[in-house]
Amino acid sequence: MKQSDYKGVWILAEQSGGRVQRISYELLTRGRELAGKRNTDLTAMIFGHDINADDLQALIDCGADRVVAMEAPELEHFLVEPYSACMLKIIEEYRPEIIIAGATSTGRTLMPYVAIKANAGLTADCTVLDIEEETGNLLQTRPAIGGNILATIKTPSHRPQMATVRPRSTKPADKQSGRTGEIIRLEATSDLLASRVRLVDFEANEDSHSLQDADTVVAVGRGIKKGENIPLMQELADALDAALGASRDVIDRGWMSYPHQIGLSGKTVTPKFYLGAGVSGSIQHLAGMQTAETIVAINTDPDAQIFNVADFGIVGDLFEVVPILTQRIKQIRSSK
Amino acid sequence: MRIIVPIKQVPETNAVRMDEETGTMIREGVEAIINPLDLYAIEIAIRLREEHGGEIVVVSMGPPKAIKALREAIAMGCDSAVLISDRAFAGADTWATSYVLAGAVKRIGGYDLIICGERATDGDTGQVGPGIASFLDLPVASYIGKVDSVVEKSCRVHRLVETGYEVLDVELPAVLTVVKEIADPRLPTLRGKQKAKKMEIPTWTSGDLEVEPDKLGLNGSPTRVVKIHKPTVARKCEKLIAGDDESIVVAVDRMVEFLKEKQLI
Repeated sequence: MKQSDYKGVWILAEQSGGRVQRISYELLTRGRELAGKRNTDLTAMIFGHDINADDLQALIDCGADRVVAMEAPELEHFLVEPYSACMLKIIEEYRPEIIIAGATSTGRTLMPYVAIKANAGLTADCTVLDIEEETGNLLQTRPAIGGNILATIKTPSHRPQMATVRPRSTKPADKQSGRTGEIIRLEATSDLLASRVRLVDFEANEDSHSLQDADTVVAVGRGIKKGENIPLMQELADALDAALGASRDVIDRGWMSYPHQIGLSGKTVTPKFYLGAGVSGSIQHLAGMQTAETIVAINTDPDAQIFNVADFGIVGDLFEVVPILTQRIKQIRSSK
Repeated sequence: MRIIVPIKQVPETNAVRMDEETGTMIREGVEAIINPLDLYAIEIAIRLREEHGGEIVVVSMGPPKAIKALREAIAMGCDSAVLISDRAFAGADTWATSYVLAGAVKRIGGYDLIICGERATDGDTGQVGPGIASFLDLPVASYIGKVDSVVEKSCRVHRLVETGYEVLDVELPAVLTVVKEIADPRLPTLRGKQKAKKMEIPTWTSGDLEVEPDKLGLNGSPTRVVKIHKPTVARKCEKLIAGDDESIVVAVDRMVEFLKEKQLI
């Protein structure tokens, strides 16, 4: 198999309950740009069961030239073995030159599993993707060592070139009128569906907002002093319609539960708007949030690291500043 | 029950200093530690052994000095260790690293579980755990926050995803990658440290593993680092001091104005 036999840019669209998820449209934005530069087609692959037909059409409307959906009851939820068998089948049949997926819990599990078996190069959690002019290779840029460096990586002589892309690091593609494309719906054959992992239950988050999907994130740091003070920040988060996150200190002291942790040993978030109060900005925390679009910080220490990555800061006591801020935001919201 | 825990020695992230000119990491004087996320893997392995009996083999691929990380794992309570070290492994990306570690796991053999930290704090890819599973053709369950039970040849786990927890039944042998909430890592005991000091830790080279030479290290790695650079911080922080009542109101007013300009509220 020659390298030139591999053609086209592919994205892995994700579905939940048969509905296409936001990350898919973000990947279309990325994929469209790459396909344009590479002068090739963009295809979305998706695995699931009874996937909403309008949503599949929406993938076309938002930039895909083709959609390949593989469906079976066993594909309703992500399971690494059947999903990777399906992706490997697609690689074998269609020979994509580039496959990009979200750096989600699904993408970050499925892609490495597939890349090994496909003998492909894979780069994790990229924030910038580009095409190298001279060679046509995919250039993948990602933060490493806690965000201290950016590394640009390529896969010169293996195909496909695979990458996961940090969620929310680009805008979702919009619908354009008059787009047409082919939708191929395939029933996944039983030889692809064996799984030694079984989903027996799902416990949904109690919070209304998922931290990684939120447009606005309010983060609490050690400056909150004790767990009883968390409602002060929750009120601000509610006023901003934001998800509430926290630095490691807050989690380790048991003031909030682990799924709220932002940073190197917690979650990576890229919201439109991040507001940190009482967060000092340790290198580990910054690694989890510094790609946010706008960063605002409130901290008593004028030299706190968080101000180095912030767009706006108030040097002050959160217990004095936050209640007034919450009040003002509530006023603005209610007058709208 | 036999558990294998692959670990990585990493520079302590707190102490990382960057060469401003070249954008590379200054390694001199930076302490090398066990990847903090691997401590959770070691801890849950110890707890599972305490409950079910068996043994824990800890394995690391790295330079000879990585033996220190293995001794620390023994001091915490692991039973034996193997260092995988060979110049031929240098420059390995996650593909070639997974390949060698899978080779080492194969040679150790007889395992029920392979437990990894979710990712390493230096490379930060999270790809090696699923990679080992793929080479060994084992199921993998990632982002595990809780092991509910291990019964016969199956375990029930909680997997942390964006919208909640999946409860999964996983057939053994399997690979788990675990997150912080799984267990609070214990400190090494004095007895553990003494045991670790005396323990003979074998070093396996490529010749000790069933691996093909052209799949090792940089040569075996599909990816290449083209460029390393320092991120440019384009943010200029507008910083206001809020001390007395008046300045607090002024600062909040200005913040609200700023957020309106940005169309964030």
